[in-house]
Amino acid sequence: MSQRPLSPHLQIWRWGPHMFVSILHRVTGDGMALVGLAVLVWWLGALASGPEAYTTFTEMMTSPIGYAVLVGLTWAFFTHMMSGLRHFVLDIGAGYELDTNRMWSIASPIIAVLLTGAFWMFVLFPKGALA
Amino acid sequence: MGNGTSIGKVRGLGSAQDGAHHWLVQRFTAIGNLVLMSWLLVSFIGLGDLSHSTVSAWIAKPIPATAMILLVVSLFWHARLGLQVLIEDYIHDGGSKFALLAALNLAVIGGGAFSIFSVARLALGVSA
Repeated sequence: MSQRPLSPHLQIWRWGPHMFVSILHRVTGDGMALVGLAVLVWWLGALASGPEAYTTFTEMMTSPIGYAVLVGLTWAFFTHMMSGLRHFVLDIGAGYELDTNRMWSIASPIIAVLLTGAFWMFVLFPKGALA
Repeated sequence: MGNGTSIGKVRGLGSAQDGAHHWLVQRFTAIGNLVLMSWLLVSFIGLGDLSHSTVSAWIAKPIPATAMILLVVSLFWHARLGLQVLIEDYIHDGGSKFALLAALNLAVIGGGAFSIFSVARLALGVSA
């Protein structure tokens, strides 16, 4: 097994945005599966357990580390959503032209950052608060 | 293997012996996640405050409770498929792979069941 030739891997190819967005898709997806679902289970469990348990949850989640986790998870969600939507387009056989592929590989994570920012603007400054 | 015609030989059979089922379910649950996560994030914004009384009263209503339970199913299923691929890609030892896949199944079914029970408890009015 160890004597068999290996196909060229990451260190051989010249880096491109398509590689970056592919790796981001896996990292954000599996990150959310491990961290995001734990937060979801905690949130629903605390909600069902009553106000005291829920207060513990919200105090943790509104601490600096808690906010970092929540902002990270929303960023991961929008990033995974955008690269997932890109995959749906690729699944139907479209978007493989070099320019188009490159453009959406760059655009997807950028749009995701903008959506993350927009979401937190709405959460932290509900309608009227900025007026 | 079918009756020996070309389509009969390939139908339902890929390299993994179950054709495109894993791939397709990953897409179906992705659509479920897209729709239901959009609903959840818009609901968070719409609720304004996320206090226990506000959120528990909201999630106890029939449509939010149903949507939340469906979201839990879709998310945990999708996550199971994604983590399965992660394990299959990076763990090459047969025994470790089997153990991790077994642990993964226990974790997602346990987490999913606990989440659904929590929503049901709120919706059926047993809790505080």
